[in-house]
Amino acid sequence: MPQSEMVGTRIRERRILAGIKQADLAGRAGISPSYLNLIEHNRRKVAGKTLLTLAEVLGVEPSVLSEGAEARLIAGLREASGAQAGHAAELDRLEEFAGRFPGWARLLVDISARLAVMEQAVQTLTDRMSHDPHLAASLHEVISTVTSIRSTASILAEEKDLEPEWRARFDRNINEDSRRLAEGATALVRYLENAPDTEAGIQSPQDELHAFLGAEGYHFPTLEAPESSGSAEADLIEAILAEAPALSSDSARQLARDWLQEYAQDARALPLPVVEAVLRKYGMRPEQILTALDAMPGNVLRRLASLPEDMVGPVGLVSCDTSGTILLRKPLPGFAIPRAAGACPLWPLYQVLGQPNLAVAAELVQSGRTEDRVQSFALAEQVVPPRFGMAAQMRAFMLLLPANPGGNTTAARQVGSTCRICPREGCVARREPSIVAKVF
Amino acid sequence: MTKKVLLIEDEPNIIEAVSFILSRAGLDVKTHSNGHDAVDAVRARDPDLVILDIMLPGKNGFDILQDIRADADLADLPVLMLTARGQEKDRELAKRFGASRFMTKPFSNAEVLEVVRDMVAP
Repeated sequence: MPQSEMVGTRIRERRILAGIKQADLAGRAGISPSYLNLIEHNRRKVAGKTLLTLAEVLGVEPSVLSEGAEARLIAGLREASGAQAGHAAELDRLEEFAGRFPGWARLLVDISARLAVMEQAVQTLTDRMSHDPHLAASLHEVISTVTSIRSTASILAEEKDLEPEWRARFDRNINEDSRRLAEGATALVRYLENAPDTEAGIQSPQDELHAFLGAEGYHFPTLEAPESSGSAEADLIEAILAEAPALSSDSARQLARDWLQEYAQDARALPLPVVEAVLRKYGMRPEQILTALDAMPGNVLRRLASLPEDMVGPVGLVSCDTSGTILLRKPLPGFAIPRAAGACPLWPLYQVLGQPNLAVAAELVQSGRTEDRVQSFALAEQVVPPRFGMAAQMRAFMLLLPANPGGNTTAARQVGSTCRICPREGCVARREPSIVAKVF
Repeated sequence: MTKKVLLIEDEPNIIEAVSFILSRAGLDVKTHSNGHDAVDAVRARDPDLVILDIMLPGKNGFDILQDIRADADLADLPVLMLTARGQEKDRELAKRFGASRFMTKPFSNAEVLEVVRDMVAP
């Protein structure tokens, strides 16, 4: 039933809520009880002076009766319905539901919002536990150190006739190992304790890198100067790293150093004035820009993703290596990117991974999230020349842009983020059952 | 005749401790700490037993094991997999690729000695 036709229902609910009898309200509003009865059952329209009087008697704003539930609440319900694929909510009765049961409706919207936050937390934790190379390497380091300590301690305790030089050697080893163990265990505990939604604290080197890049907006003006090459460039990079509190580990600093060197190379190959000129001519249209610029495709996509947001708007970028491990994840609102490996195999990123001559442009929608569409532009390139006896080393890129509103009416490709939190049923690419699908 | 053991492991203090206990037990222990050319080391040392870690720089222990089994001269060589990963899937992989025995870190010296003696026994 349309919102305007729900006025009577809202009057009835407000009357009952206020504890007023129908006849009393009718009398105080100057209308007959039978007429009010017809109004309350939406069989007579009510407006003008009668509506104002009823609102006054009920102690509410007339708009509460005439407009019903807040548009925001309706939108929240619609979003909650969209987030739970497979549940056939009666979308045509949203307004009625929100109007008749505003408390329940708000509760549903709140629960849905909290669910979205929890999905993100599940995704982050799952990535950490299942696919985090830093965690696996840290655990291996701790267990190796414990093994060494156990074996060495056993020798020291059990070998009664141990020569002094051997005893000194094993004393030194066990001292070294115990220190390593203390450091490794402390770092591991800090890492595991770190809340998944915080951007501060101990994280994997990849997390640190992305926190650093995010804080800088993925753009480094000092590396844009054409004269920045050779030792001057190295000095500029070290100066940036020196001012980067997000980079606390050596591994993260090295990752950042490598990333900045590649950034500087990209900036030299495609100076800012050249990119700006192409953007002025074509706008943010990667297909045309790729054709217009004389550079490697990966170079162009990286460059577009590292331009200031006030110049090109929000731009996301994902890149992966031959194994599918995600190397870079510059986020775009509305499109979730897992922290390590394990992303959705349906992404065009993986479609192009083994095919360096293939470029794929597609609109995407992630299942189980909002219905936001994003434009994706994916291509791959070989990072080292082909050699006999060596597997080809590829790097695939997927540039992400917000979809042009109303610009494309064709069906967007349904993809996920990572299988564990993707509710998509019957997916041929599914690797493992979904936690979300099981719960809901 | 002294039995020869080749320990392929990258952790220096584990190498030192395990080498020590095996040498004290009368075994001839040689070590190698790089996965990349580990199979060459096996061919060159001609050991009676290989103790092989899984996580090694250059090449992992599973790949090395497969290379060993693919070599006709080494196909029957006893290999004890020594790893920090005690997961069932790693045991299954080790079995599938032809490991003779499997031992999980952290281990005791007595346990290593017992298994190694058993494996090199005539």
